[in-house]
Amino acid sequence: MIYLDNAASGWPKPPEILEAMAHFMREVGANPGRSGHRLAVEAARIVYGTREALATLLGISDPLRIVFGANATEALNLALIGLLRRGDHVITSSMEHNSVVRPLRALLRRGVELSVVHCTPQGLLNPREIEAVIRPNTRLIALIHASNVIGTLLPIAEVGRIARRYGLLFLVDAAQTAGAVPIDVEADAIDLLAFTGHKALMGPQGTGGLYIGPRVALDELEPILRGGTGSHSESEEQPGFLPDRYESGTLNGVGLAGLGAGVRYLLEAGVQRVREHELGLTRRLLDGLARIPRVIVYGTKKAEQQVATVSFNVEGMEPSEVGLRLDEEHSILCRVGLHCSPGAHRTIGTFPEGTVRWSLGYLNTVAEVDAALAALASLVESTPE
Amino acid sequence: MPGPDGMAVVLFDSVQAAIQAEHAARAEGIAAKLIPVPRHLSTDCGMALRIPRSEELQVRALLERLGIAYRAVRAL
Repeated sequence: MIYLDNAASGWPKPPEILEAMAHFMREVGANPGRSGHRLAVEAARIVYGTREALATLLGISDPLRIVFGANATEALNLALIGLLRRGDHVITSSMEHNSVVRPLRALLRRGVELSVVHCTPQGLLNPREIEAVIRPNTRLIALIHASNVIGTLLPIAEVGRIARRYGLLFLVDAAQTAGAVPIDVEADAIDLLAFTGHKALMGPQGTGGLYIGPRVALDELEPILRGGTGSHSESEEQPGFLPDRYESGTLNGVGLAGLGAGVRYLLEAGVQRVREHELGLTRRLLDGLARIPRVIVYGTKKAEQQVATVSFNVEGMEPSEVGLRLDEEHSILCRVGLHCSPGAHRTIGTFPEGTVRWSLGYLNTVAEVDAALAALASLVESTPE
Repeated sequence: MPGPDGMAVVLFDSVQAAIQAEHAARAEGIAAKLIPVPRHLSTDCGMALRIPRSEELQVRALLERLGIAYRAVRAL
């Protein structure tokens, strides 16, 4: 079996992650941040360790500026719905995932104004087009770091500098890049960074979070959830400090134990090495796809301009048919269709039929890429045009 | 006033700040330990950092240097 669906969920996981989660369940198990007994303290230490590892990975100077939640979607909802009010203007791109688009659509109905800057059919964004739509009431620029459909990287550092120059906040959706591409929130001028734990960060599903930078006034970022935090229990008001203001209810301790192990695994390997491995695989994949007749590849077709996610179609075949036959006849697992990103498919010209998406991770090998290419070539050959 | 055993506790708003402080203090070789907040100091359900009273100034300086917010230091 060849797993090429890492953009949906990274798999398999290095054994360290499973061991950290088993350790938490067997030996710790208590509530991180409640009580003061040794197991509760140990659980809280494990959660703090995950915060600290993520802070190191992402260039964050204060680990308590990371707030945990279930996934990137939850983090993006917190940033968008928590921050934007009637009369505010927000700028985004045409490549966004529904985790940004749907909250923004809901905010439009509440009187928030929206500008969508169009990317090229290869998914490229010209930062000057962002600058051109800034208004006096612009509050936020929200951008996906790399497309979950075709992998194209957006120029976040350039856009971050524009945001700083105009005094705007900058939100980056790093669901596809955290752990796969070097990120430095300070160098890239990122104020809010949403990440998920279960993709390139090597953690389990049900983990993710939001980095909240010092330019974000906490009293202007409303929590989405309010409740028990283990702190200020005498008060019936939500605490105003980090991370408690945005972490109500028991955290996913076992999941965060696994995420911490995943991030430490990456720190040991080095994200630059991860990136180089994935670049090599992507180059090989793009070269191979270009040699198979009737295969149309989307995106820039340049590995260095994207993450290890490649979308294609086969002339004369539906994406769903290609996906089913890859699974049933060749045990190759991938995702077909619209990938929760109708806007991105409109931008690249594949709406509504979608594409076949092969998304690779650090644990994929050259041999797997070669086998997948050979399987696709034989599938195409055996199917009349 | 120093307590009978010469210990003090640092009180924090956030449990995660208490963990952060413990981590930093131990890295400096201070015998810091997280304990439940003593009832007479707070009704809170959180944790406090117990330190030797003699190290209070060093701990305060460390927390201020690292920007770790704390509420108070109290003798035990």
